[in-house]
This record gives sequence, structure tokens and C-alpha cells, in this order.
Amino acid sequence: MATLKLRNVKKRFGSTDVIHGVDLDVADGEFIVIVGPSGCGKSTLLRMVAGLETVSGGEISIDGKPVNDLEPMDRDIAMVFQNYALYPHMSVYDNISYGLKIAKTPKEEIAARVATAAKMLQLEPYLQRKPRELSGGQRQRVAMGRAIVRKPAVFLFDEPLSNLDAKLRVQMRLEIKALQKELGITSLYVTHDQVEAMTLADRMVVMHGGVADQIGAPLDVYANPATSFVAGFIGSPATNFLPPAALNAPRDGASTVGVRPEHTRLVHSGEGQTQGIVTFSEALGAETLVHLSLPSGAAFTVRQDGALPCPHSGEHCGVDWDQSREILFDADERRIRQGRARAAACP
Amino acid sequence: MAERSGMVEKRGAGHWFTHLGLIVGVLIIFFPIWLAFVASTVTQPEIVKPPMPLWPGGHFFENYRSALVSGINAPVARMLGNSLVMALGIALGKIAISLLSAFAIVYFRFPGRRLFFWLIFLTLMLPVEVRIVPTYEVVAGFGMLNSYSGLIFPLIASATATFLFRQFFMTVPDELAEAARVDGARPMRFFLDILLPMSRTNIAALFVILFIYGWNQYLWPLLITTDPQMNTIVMGIKQMFPSGDDVADWPVIMATSILAMVPPIVVVISMQNLFIRGLVDSEK
Repeated sequence: MATLKLRNVKKRFGSTDVIHGVDLDVADGEFIVIVGPSGCGKSTLLRMVAGLETVSGGEISIDGKPVNDLEPMDRDIAMVFQNYALYPHMSVYDNISYGLKIAKTPKEEIAARVATAAKMLQLEPYLQRKPRELSGGQRQRVAMGRAIVRKPAVFLFDEPLSNLDAKLRVQMRLEIKALQKELGITSLYVTHDQVEAMTLADRMVVMHGGVADQIGAPLDVYANPATSFVAGFIGSPATNFLPPAALNAPRDGASTVGVRPEHTRLVHSGEGQTQGIVTFSEALGAETLVHLSLPSGAAFTVRQDGALPCPHSGEHCGVDWDQSREILFDADERRIRQGRARAAACP
Repeated sequence: MAERSGMVEKRGAGHWFTHLGLIVGVLIIFFPIWLAFVASTVTQPEIVKPPMPLWPGGHFFENYRSALVSGINAPVARMLGNSLVMALGIALGKIAISLLSAFAIVYFRFPGRRLFFWLIFLTLMLPVEVRIVPTYEVVAGFGMLNSYSGLIFPLIASATATFLFRQFFMTVPDELAEAARVDGARPMRFFLDILLPMSRTNIAALFVILFIYGWNQYLWPLLITTDPQMNTIVMGIKQMFPSGDDVADWPVIMATSILAMVPPIVVVISMQNLFIRGLVDSEK
């Protein structure tokens, strides 16, 4: 097993800077999820770790050994691709064992390792099939199997679940988590899906515009976002942002006030922190999302219990929240520490 | 099977007319071949005496043995062998060269990559006939007249096949090459283990087309083979025609024609399945 270190890693495509210096320390056996919107550089970062992209600046080291100039095969990594990248003309067995075959592993050992991986991934009945005869979930497992048999120092996942349907995604998410725990292999996982990030990560890296905005445990990132981008990206529905002027009382030094929909409640018109008109409500059963339009024209979302009365469109409402729940940001969109950061307790 | 509507499955008069039309068409196209076959089974006097016979005579084995063993200028067996070497050499050589050049153009970044592609592409516009005199110069200079290498090499580079493989390689997802890199495959290993098997159907389709192209070469072998022992069969047939007052040995010439048709037919029929798959789907 191994540690992974990124020191001020930069990437430039021609004259365009894509990644502006990322630092990251991954402990042995840790599961790190890199999350961010498309185009934030998260896949590029992963591909640099894999050795599929050159590093324009900084240093990547695996287990203390700089790997910047090593070929992917010499870095002791394994990668799972978004579209699985299975070799279409090879059977499942050949797909899984291809890397070992190239490494000239003895035949008996290949067979044993593939058998172990196939058992772990419930692929045993399919070993002789071709990838096109498998379902999406099974292909995904084959791609995982190909990574597992190599017994790499680091696992790299590039949005491995985004080609699956919603139900399968949840199932595979759990399987990946369980597998990673069982094998204890250091993992780097890229996704744009914050639910995957929240559920899988030991720590997550929120990327934005080529910069790691925040690195931390998922619940800590949720509770204490470092920038307004992180506050808006992590958590669903997204955090509401208001100028302090829209509130009943001023907030010292803050240029933006963030408040999560789950921390707000509807009150009678004229009461609460701010006022709005209901545009529409989404009743999801367990909860209801009420979308309001504020006098400034900004949108605002309130998340309330499904049992509470659902307001009609056009109704005037007040919105209230506990002021201690507010997240304040300065003009640079950086968090203003209010001195009472709540590290969320994990149940 | 349940009756399917919407398929081209007409019944009744239309059905019969369609088939009648097809049968008549086949007969018209097949008739000259039939005549050639009939002519190859009778004797010379029977052919020259009108009316021409329409049914096979009893000299099949005699005529074919005479063609294969002695022929007119050279034994037909020898010419068949020459044609086979030339057609196989051209087909396999073209496939090997174009696979490799397409691999280089698609997967490697080297200076002048686009330039080389367009240079290759440009040669599409220059058929053999246009460059035949300089090519002859070069081949003669290398002393390759009357040799297999002289027959094969000038025809071996193929812009068409390079272009076809380039287009195919570009449809192969990049992740596959990356996965192979992560798996530890060096470029040639990736080419042999992954690209080559994936191009199987394309290669088969191309082989059929190129084999027939090579087999049917006429002008080039006619120019560079002066020794009857090096004649290919397609040009050899023409060489069998009498010049001046000689009498043509039509049964042997016709037997040769029929023999010349057999290998391409065998290739097409035996590779039919792969050939059609290669042209129709890309099997991803």
C-alpha cells in the first residue's frame, strides 16, 4: 500500500492554465474523492496522477517516490475509466488478466488472482463472455476486476458510475466502498456527483476552476464550506445566497450571506429574516421544496417537512432561520469565520 | 415465426415477376461464362464449325490437363502460381503497410504528421497508369524485371487502405489506448493485441478487395514480365492469342479463362461472411 503526495501540481495546455497548483496528501488506504463541476480540472488532475497527461509543474509522488516522468505502467497504479474501456474482442478473463500477462506473471498465479477477483465481484459465471454480452453493471465490475488483480499501490477512478442508471449507481457505490475498505488500497476517485462524493469519501477535494477550494471530511465540508462555491456545490438543494441588504438586520463585513434550504422555515408574511413570493412548490413526499422569489428578483429555496402545509404559488411568505446557521462570505467569496464552526457529529 | 409486416416480403404476381427478372438477368450475365466453359470441353474443330456448341463436350479433362501442364507459352499452373504470389503479396503487403502507417498517423504525435497524411492521401489521385513510365525506370534500375518483387512492390503502397484504417482507428475510443498503457502495453503490443484483432473484419474485407485487385492486374505485369515463366494468368490469356496466321487453340484458352476465374471466386465465397461484416458494421 502507499501514500500519494501532490505538491503544487500544475497543468498547462498550450497557453491555457488548467490547474493552478494543487497540494494534496493522501494517507495510506485513504479514499479521496475529487468533486467539482465539469471543466474544473478534476479529470486532468487524475490523469496526471495516472501518467496519461504530463505534469507542467510541481511534483507527484507515490510512496515517497517522485513519479512525474514515469510511464503509467511503472507507477504501480490501476485505473477504472468512465466508459470502462474494456477490450471488446477479449473475454472477461482476458480483459482482467491482460495487465498481468504483459507483466509476465506466471500462468497459475494469474488464474488464482483472476479467480479471487471474480469471486469478489461475482463475475465467476461470466469469465468466458465478451464485454458486449454483459450489462452495464457487469462491465463496470470487469473494469474493477482489471484494476484489482494488479494489486496496485493506488486505485484511480474516473467517474466510473456515470454511465449507469440511478439504481445501479447506488448499488455499485456501496460495492466500491465496501471493496475499497476490504482491500485497503489508497484510492483517488473523480466524480461530478456530490452524493457519490459525500458517501464514498474519507476526505473530499472540491475543485473549482483548477484550484482545490477545500479539502476535508465530507460532513466537515458540508458544515464549514471554505468558499461560497463549495457552499453552493455541496448540499442539495443548493445553498441560498443573499446580499446582506436583503435581510432585516445588517451583517458586519459580509458581502454575501449563505443559508442552506434545510435550515430555513416559512413563516407568516412580514415576519422572519426576509420576504418572498412563492413561485412553485415541489412536493417530494418526505419533504417539500418551496421555491420563492425575493423582492430583489433572486431565487430562494426552502426545504420543509412533507407533512407541513404546502403554500400556493403567488402567496406572500416570510422566511426565517437561526442566525447561527448562516454562512458569511467576504467580497472574495472566502468564508468569514464566525468563531463557532460546528463540526458536524456523524451519527 | 409470426408474420411480419413492413418487411420486403411481397407475395403473388409481383413476387414471381421479381424472380423472373432476376433469373433472366443472371442468365444473361452467366451466358458468356457458360459459353467459355462449353468451349473448354470440346475440340478445336467443334468450336470453329458453326453453329457453336451450347452443351459441354467430352474433352474436359483432356483440355484442362493440356492447359495446366503445357499451356501455350507457359503452363497455366505456373501462371496461376505467379498470379497467386502476386495477388497475395499485394493484398497482404498493402494491408501490413497501411495498418502500420495508419497506426503511426493516428496514435503518434510527430512533426509533419498532417503533412504525411496528406501526402499519402494525395497519391490516391495518381493511378498506376499515370506513373507507369517512371515506375518502370525504377524497377528496371533495381533489376527487378521478370521477378516477383518487381510485380509486387510498385503496387504495394495503398492510400485507400491507409485512409480506411485511419478512419477505423479514429473510431476506437482513446480510453482503450490509455487502458492499455495503464496495463503496461507498449505501443506495438497495443497494436498487436488490441488494434489488430479489432480490425479483423476490416482486414478481411480489404483482403478480398485487394486480392481481386492484385489478381486482375494486367498492364503492369504485361510491361515488366517478358519471360513467359513469369507471366500472370490475366495477362497470359491475352498472350495466348495467336499473332499472324497461327491457329488459336480455343479450348485451351477457354480452359485457362475458366481457371483464372476460380481463385477470386474461392476467396470471395470463403470470406463472404467476414467481408460483409467488415463493410456493414464496425463491431464495437
